Order: sequence, then C-alpha cells, then structure tokens
Amino acid sequence: MAERHHHPRPKPGPVALALRVAVIAYLFLLVAWPLFLVVQNALASGLGPISDLLADPDVRHALRLTAVAAAVSVAISTVFGVGMSVLLVRYDFPGKRILNALVDLPLSVSPVVVGLALVLVYGGRDGWLGPALEDAGVQVIFATPGIILATTFVVLPLVIREVVPVLEEVGIEQEQAATSLGASAWQTFRRITLPSIRWAVLYGVVLSLARALGEFGAVKVVSGNVLGRTRTAPLVVEEKYLNFDRDGAYATALLLVLVSVAAIVAVSLIRNDRETT
Amino acid sequence: MALATVDQATGDRPAPRRRTGFAGQLQAGSGLGLGIAVLWFSLLVLLPLAAVVVTASEGGWSAFWAAVTTEQTAAAIRLTVGTAAVVTAVNAVVGPAIAWVLVRDEFRGKRLLELLIDIPFALPTVVAGLVLLSLYGVDSPVAIEVANTRGAVVLAYLFVTLPFVVRTVQPVLEELDPEVEEAAASLGASRVTTFRRIVLPALIPAIAAGGALSFARGVSEYGSLVLLSGNLPFRTEVTSVRILSSIENDNLPAAAAIATVLLAISLAVIVILDVIQRRAVRRG
Amino acid sequence: MRRTLRALAVLMPLTMVAAACGGDDDGAAPGGAGGEISIVGFAVPEAANKAIAEEFVQTPEGEGVTFRTSYGASGDQSRAVVSGLEADYVHFSVTSDVTRLVDEGLVAEDWDDGPNKGVVSSSIVVFAVRSGNPKGIETWDDLIQPGVEIVTPNPASSGAARWNALAAWGQVVASGGTEEEANDYLDAFFANVVALPGSGRDATTAFLSGTGDVLMAYENEAILAHQNGEEFDYIVPDTTVLIENPGAVLVDADPVADDWLAFVLSEAGQRQFALKGFRPIIDGVEFGEVDGANDPADPFPVVANLLTVAEDFESWEALSAKFFDESDGIVTKAIAASGKA
Repeated sequence: MAERHHHPRPKPGPVALALRVAVIAYLFLLVAWPLFLVVQNALASGLGPISDLLADPDVRHALRLTAVAAAVSVAISTVFGVGMSVLLVRYDFPGKRILNALVDLPLSVSPVVVGLALVLVYGGRDGWLGPALEDAGVQVIFATPGIILATTFVVLPLVIREVVPVLEEVGIEQEQAATSLGASAWQTFRRITLPSIRWAVLYGVVLSLARALGEFGAVKVVSGNVLGRTRTAPLVVEEKYLNFDRDGAYATALLLVLVSVAAIVAVSLIRNDRETT
Repeated sequence: MALATVDQATGDRPAPRRRTGFAGQLQAGSGLGLGIAVLWFSLLVLLPLAAVVVTASEGGWSAFWAAVTTEQTAAAIRLTVGTAAVVTAVNAVVGPAIAWVLVRDEFRGKRLLELLIDIPFALPTVVAGLVLLSLYGVDSPVAIEVANTRGAVVLAYLFVTLPFVVRTVQPVLEELDPEVEEAAASLGASRVTTFRRIVLPALIPAIAAGGALSFARGVSEYGSLVLLSGNLPFRTEVTSVRILSSIENDNLPAAAAIATVLLAISLAVIVILDVIQRRAVRRG
Repeated sequence: MRRTLRALAVLMPLTMVAAACGGDDDGAAPGGAGGEISIVGFAVPEAANKAIAEEFVQTPEGEGVTFRTSYGASGDQSRAVVSGLEADYVHFSVTSDVTRLVDEGLVAEDWDDGPNKGVVSSSIVVFAVRSGNPKGIETWDDLIQPGVEIVTPNPASSGAARWNALAAWGQVVASGGTEEEANDYLDAFFANVVALPGSGRDATTAFLSGTGDVLMAYENEAILAHQNGEEFDYIVPDTTVLIENPGAVLVDADPVADDWLAFVLSEAGQRQFALKGFRPIIDGVEFGEVDGANDPADPFPVVANLLTVAEDFESWEALSAKFFDESDGIVTKAIAASGKA
C-alpha cells in the first residue's frame, strides 16, 4: 500500500495556507451557503414538511422512481463507461479520436434539446424508432425506460472522463507483464486494470449518481410528468414550486441532496478504511 | 519524467517509468467489446443527436443560417460561449487548487469540504436557481448582487461546473506520490519548479478533460440561470432561451439549428482540449 | 477491503430503493367501474382540478372514476400530447396549445363551438406591486414613467406570458389610441422591463425576491400566491385583457370525459375555480368568500374596459402572427429593440 500520510507533515507555508483559505472561501460562497439556505428553508417550519412528504404516496413513488432510474443509469453508464475508457486509452482503431470527442458531447446539449432529441427518435407517434418499439410492446417515451434513457444520456461522460486520465497516467507495463505471464484479457482487466482505476471509477459513480438524482430538464420532457407514474423527485420539486408550496419544494430537494451526500460519505469512509489498512 | 505508479495488490511499488503507447490493434474479444460499446453509444447518444441535426436541416441551408444569425440569437450564442470559456478558464485554475487542498492538505473539517463538491450536481436546477437568487440577487447579504446582469450567467455557470475539474484532477493527484516531489526538492528544485515540471504535466490531461466537461456543461445550462439572469435580450439572454422560444413558436427546425451550432462549437472545444491532452501525455 | 467496497456498492442503491419504498405502487390502479380520465393541463389549475374531481366522483356520472394527471407548462404539455402523452381531457393556458392538437387530429375541429367557446377557466391581467404600493402605480401610463422597473414573463419563450404583452398594447387602442401609439407604448414599456423570466411563476419569484417595482401578473396567480402567504398587493387596472384558458376533450377519449367537461363548465365546477382565484365563466356562481383576493367578499371586481381575444384581436392565430411572429411580431421587435438600447 502506498504510504501517503505517514511522514510528519511540515507546517503549511504561507502559500499553502493562503490556498487553503481561498479554497474554503470559494466553496463557502458558491456551495456551502446556498446549501445551508436549502436546509434552512426546508426546515423552516420544522420537520413537518419532510414527514408530510414521506407520507404522501405520490412523493414516495417519485422518490422510488428517481432512485431506480438513477441506480440503473449509473450502473449502465459505469459498466459501459469503464469499457469505453479502456477501449479509448488502450487500443487503436479507426475513428477513435472522433469517438473520444463525441463522448463529451452529451453534456453540451441543453436539457430541453436532450428531451427533444430523445422524443424525435423514440417518440411513440412520430419517432424514428418509437413506433416500431411500441408495436413490439416497449414504450420508451412517457414511461420509465425513457427516464432511464434521458438520465443515462446526461451521465454518460462522467465515468469515462474520470477513468481516462487515470488510465493514461497509470501506463501499461503491468498489464503487459500480466499478459506475457499468460493472463487472459479478462483476468488482466480484473486484477490489474480495474484496481488501478478504482478511485476514478468510484468518483465517477458518485458524480454520476449525484447528477442522475438531480437531473430535471431532460427528464421533464421525456417523462410526461404523470402523477404517481412518471413523475420523478426533481419534477416533484418543480410542481411544488409552481403551486407555491415552497417548504415542500425545498424539503424534496433536501432529500435528494442528502442521498448524494450519503454517497460521498460512503466513498470517504471507504477511503479511510483503505488508508488505515 | 518519472512518476511513481499506483500500488497493486502485490504491494510493491514498481520502478518509476514512462507512460507507453497502446496495446495495439484490437483482438476479437475487444473488437466485439468495441462493437457493443459503439452500438450502445449510438442508440443512446448519436442517434438522438443525429435526429436534431436532421431536423435542423429540414428547412434547408438558408433557413438554418437565418435561424442562427438573427441578431438576438447571435448575441445569445456569443454570451453563452464566451461565458462558458471564461468560466472554464477559471475552473482550470480553481479546480486543481481545490483538488490539491482536498488531497494534500490536512486540517480539521477537510472532510466537510469533500462533501460540498458534488452538491451542484445533486441539486435540481429549480432549487439551485432559487437559492442563488436569494443569496446573490437583490438585497444580497454579501453585497454581491448579480441578478439580471451578466454576472448571473457567470455565477450560474461556476456553480454547475464546479465538480468537473476538481473530480477529474483528484484521482490523478491521489495517484501521484509526494515522495517524487520531495526527492526533487531535496535535489535543490524550488517548489515552483517542482510544481511546474513534475506535478503540472501530470495534471494537464485531467484538467483538459475536466475543462472539456466544464465548457460543455456551461453551454447547456438553463434551469439555475433562468431566474437569476432575467433573460434580457442582447444582455443576459442565453442560447437555451432562444431554443425554447423557437420551440414555443413551433419552429422546430430553427430550435434544432441553434442547438446544432452549439453542438458544433462544443465539439470544436472538446477536440482542442483533446489535442492539448494528447500533447501533454506524449511529452510525458 | 475489496469486500467492503463491493458490499457498499451493492448496499447503497438497495438502501435507497428500500428507503423510498414503503407502500404499494399507488396511483396505478386500473380504471374503476366508472372509467379513467387522463388530464393533461397547465400547472396553475392543478389544485382547482383536484377539488373539482373530488366533487365529480360524488355525482352519478362520475361514480367510480379514477384520474391520471400531468401538469406542467402549457406549451410543454401540449407538445407532449402531440408526441404521444396519453390524454382524455386537456386544459391549457392559451388557445394555440389546443389548436396544435387540432392540427394533429387529436381534438375535433368543433371543440370550441359550444356556448363557452372552448373556454374553461378565465382570469385577468393585473399589476402586482410591493405591499402598500410605494410607487403609487395604478395605471398603464404609470408603468412607462422613468424609473419604474417592470418584471414580466417572457412572451417569446412562454405562450402563457403573451397575455401581458397583449394587454399592454391593447389598452392603448381600447382607450382611443392608434396602432402607432400602441407600438410606441410597447417600446416604452419594454424599455422599463428589467427582467423577462421564463414563466409566470418565475416572474413572480423574481418579483418577490426583490426585482422590479411592478410585476405583470395574472389575477388567479396573485390570489393563489396570497393564499400561500406571499406578501404583496395587486391592482386591477381600468383596462385589461380577459385571459381565457381553453379546455377540450380528445377525439378518442373515454366517454366519461365528456361528462367531466360538462361538470367543469357547470356551477359546481366553476365554484371550485372561483375559490382558487379564477373568474367563473358563467354568471351566477355562488362561491362565498375567496381567500387571498383584495376583497374576499368581492374578489372579482368588474373591469371597466375588458378586452377579449375574439372582440379586440380577431383570433389567437391572427394575434400570434401579428404580435409574436419570430421575426416580424410587434412584440418581438419591441423586445429586441429594448435590448439594443
């Protein structure tokens, strides 16, 4: 295990101190304080709004739907993301650089356009593939698969972009050594490559999860927002906002943030676990 | 330029070495893997994006050009792209700084900072807009009032792109062994030199990767912006609002045209950053 | 250590799902004996529709009926129905959102032939000002005075926001001015606009957060905001536009949807709308006091000069082209001009 924080640290010089202060100030102003405001607004009337939320079957359904969609899209995106990263870094093939550039593209698409694009292809009435799929019994738009599709779309680049730099950094000798010793591609991948990128993958998963939970614009277009069926938690936030139920809107947003925070805490704990082993 | 590598299950640390090239051409197994990956990517991303481009071309080239070059739209595109570029540049500096503090620094409460980074992602944009408005709108408690100004666009972009460069740089920093830097220091290199010649080159690919994400994400932001910026034409109106206007007017080709232009610009930036990333890797 | 990682990775999504679980899949019960009505509507009447539904199921026609609902921005909802969102009854903010469905063959062409002309709920454009009206804004002329900051939702990106611009232009002509003077008024109006949020609700939020001196609002939203504790005043100007929200039953809808529409248009239905701040579309509806109105006992004061689309603007299609066309619309140009100033 790399011995990292075991030598006595010198007292931070003025530069390090200034950096620390600057970073803390930046994060405070940009994130911590807004977050504090969310918490404050959510709890302004006590825990009442939150317990009302959790008691409302429609909201529970929305939370469950969001959790499922997020989990599935993060899982899909991680599996394929790691695979694509290995392909992009370790192999050469025609069109590789184009594929590499295209991977980031989903992020640059405005959520409304994402929804629009997915409806254009998978819409049940006029889409390119939609009617055929519906004939086969698969409804994509205005149903859960559409929500998962939209969420995966926006989450897609995150794992890849986490893993690729680390894969490039790590280099290939270990893997070549393993292969020359007779390991199969899969074994090499499992025992050499995967462990070397685990933090990148983990960060990618955490980021993707956070993004998937909070995705609003694209899901709004493809889900149809049907109460009790295709309404996700962020859509609940919007609906409460539209109905002047501020407490409810903030409370729902807080729940979403808490799940994301829980994920980061889990990662932190895992890292602690590792460092003390 | 030697860099220590990641620890393996075996526990040794192999000798520092240069990064080498690729494993070579694809074998059958990975060819299949590539095929699956490309198919999935197509179904999920390429096909829908192609649909947008096709829709954009429905009115012909002249309609496309007309939609994109109306004064208001051109101004919106300039604002969007310009602000995204500025914010990406800021993130390229701030991101590694934050990652550095998270990885290398030690102080009480550091763990709390860690929790903050991903919040911008998890917060639905409606709520993000609401809280940013209450803090930095009119009557700001810290006298930073950016509502209905260009500053609002900058602020919103900074908010939603915060995690990108931080999280791409962080894993790379974690894998870097401080002992190499300490060795350089003990050989007489100043801290600046150490940073410049050992740490920075290792980070550049990650910064470029995060920067591409940051630019792309900034360009597409709408939800947290719409409350704060006021959507004033030629001043604070971003491209997403123009796209929505065209959609509202049932002018789908125009909306798709504007979206296509943004896609093209983002693609260009991503490619440029990719080239930077490549150069940095090659130099080693 | 690996085991920890794997275990956690598996546990996390599971705990999330488990935490969110805790009940059956509610809301997915198949249509009861009375049938199922899918309502797709714009956001504001959600509470009213819910109240009406509760009354409806107590009538013989409505017995056993269940509802599926989807609410959102009017234009978005309309486009969703075109893309395949299942609907039996739609309730939108502006006529063009129903016309879109007619063009796709989803709604019959004679949907607006009835006595109510397709209108299901209505309201008026009002001025929302700070509590106590410190700047003394009462008339349309007050709006274009120097130093007055106006907030109005963006007519370009929100169909529902167009009522406000219409009112601003129409009141000049209705008071005897020429079209030329009305255009000039619009230029002065938009010169004073400090924010064009994307929707009515966003505009209200921006206003309540401190932007601007006056908000172009809808009476029903102002009343709803008051009912939810927001503090501001609203003024009913002498001349304003009647906002007419259309509702229609789709061509292949469940037959009980026709009964539903009839109920919505009846006194019982309109009473629920009134209680939520909408102006009843028929006379003689008894609703008692309306919480949140300026005067709960007389919540819907008569407007001296009430403009309507049919009488003053020909039709929604005509005015869409004249005022909101993407390149030549009068309002579109006024907004663009204000930005260049």
